[in-house]
Amino acid sequence: MCLAIPGRLLSRSDEEPLFRTGRVDFGGVVKAVSLACVPEAEVGDTVLVHAGLAITRLDPEAARKLDGWLAGEA
Amino acid sequence: MASHPYRDRDAMRRCVEAIARRVSQPWTLMEVCGGQTHAILRHGLDRLLAPAGIALIHGPGCPVCVTPTARIDQAIALARTPGVILCSFGDMLRVPGSGEDLSTARARGARVQVVYSPLDAVRLAQRQPQDQVVFFAVGFETTAPATALAVLQAQALGLANFSLLVAHVRVPPAVAALLATPNHRIQALLAAGHVCAVMGLAEYAPLVRRFRLPVVATGFEPVDILQGVLRAVDQLEGGQARLENAYARAVTDGGKGNAQRLLETVFEPATRPWRGLGEIPNGALSLRPAWQAFDAEARFPLDQMPESSHPDCQAAAVLTGRLTPTECPAFGRRCRPEHPLGAPMVSAEGACAAYFHYRAPMEEG
Ligand code: SF4
Repeated sequence: MCLAIPGRLLSRSDEEPLFRTGRVDFGGVVKAVSLACVPEAEVGDTVLVHAGLAITRLDPEAARKLDGWLAGEA
Repeated sequence: MASHPYRDRDAMRRCVEAIARRVSQPWTLMEVCGGQTHAILRHGLDRLLAPAGIALIHGPGCPVCVTPTARIDQAIALARTPGVILCSFGDMLRVPGSGEDLSTARARGARVQVVYSPLDAVRLAQRQPQDQVVFFAVGFETTAPATALAVLQAQALGLANFSLLVAHVRVPPAVAALLATPNHRIQALLAAGHVCAVMGLAEYAPLVRRFRLPVVATGFEPVDILQGVLRAVDQLEGGQARLENAYARAVTDGGKGNAQRLLETVFEPATRPWRGLGEIPNGALSLRPAWQAFDAEARFPLDQMPESSHPDCQAAAVLTGRLTPTECPAFGRRCRPEHPLGAPMVSAEGACAAYFHYRAPMEEG
């Protein structure tokens, strides 16, 4: 219940913001998720979903930095 | 499963080596998130770090585990009330109240519906106007925004049959209470990344100043956790105590995000007891006065039940990091996931369950 899971936004509904949902792909399992908190999320973005609500959009730039550390640190 | 960059064994090994190179003396770090506790046990991070002298102790990171028995008793009473459907996350069903749990009550006719999201409970209320739908709102700051959104949706839909039994809790006040305890062992704190993803880092700044310890916002995958440990160890070795963000892809340092604004629109800090820890000042969330109409406590007559837990359960010591679950005499014997004595053995995020799943078979075998 408490775990937030990252998933990729496949599509967005065009309801008003309070009820707007998106289809999110969690590694093959697709669920409808509220986009009320991430109006800026675009199809293809990774969002962090908690209890049916996307709480934030993951920052690909910051993810690349960590990947860089992982690749560079020997 | 496809290779996952943050679960890569090689990346984990390199993180551990980087940590080992920096360590000159033993350090004890606490994480306050059941998801992290599980990842630590599941990927054996504690065992990878032990040779370097790093001990990970587990805090009260499981909102299910800290929900008082009295609140569960009230949920059961609601589920038994004619015309009421109690909606709950699945994790709550087998958590013991003072007598029964929700699952047993359901088998005896109480109306309990498992939902994945509070928004599902709103849809149920919309579909079944003849029933009163009560959502059992359990969880940290990570779950509270979804509950807040449910309230806003219910209001927008004009639903008179939707309400909340609020058991939401806040992490930083609980951490402050632990750090104020004499003789605690915590030298650095790994702050739960997803709570920080909602609330930002600001709430931890006063803790860093007051208790002079490193606080590092840390993610959930094994490599994320090791990155958090690395940053914390860096600070400890350098004699520093700063607030740091090791989970930058989810946690932004500045300004309030939409999820936090949503939470604060509907909820305000309140003081309620935590199971095992007692009353924590501002350690809980309550509905703001403007939203009282959605409070099940105002809508239904609910008794204030006394708190009671199994006399042999050491949950309080486990939740405060003073006892490792395997040190509890009942662990794996009288207390097992099939017949738990306490909440930390039931919940998917409970520390006792984590040790049972990932350690007990090895230790016994
Ligand atoms: S092992 Fe069981 S009895 Fe012991 S502290 Fe954990 S939940 Fe309580």
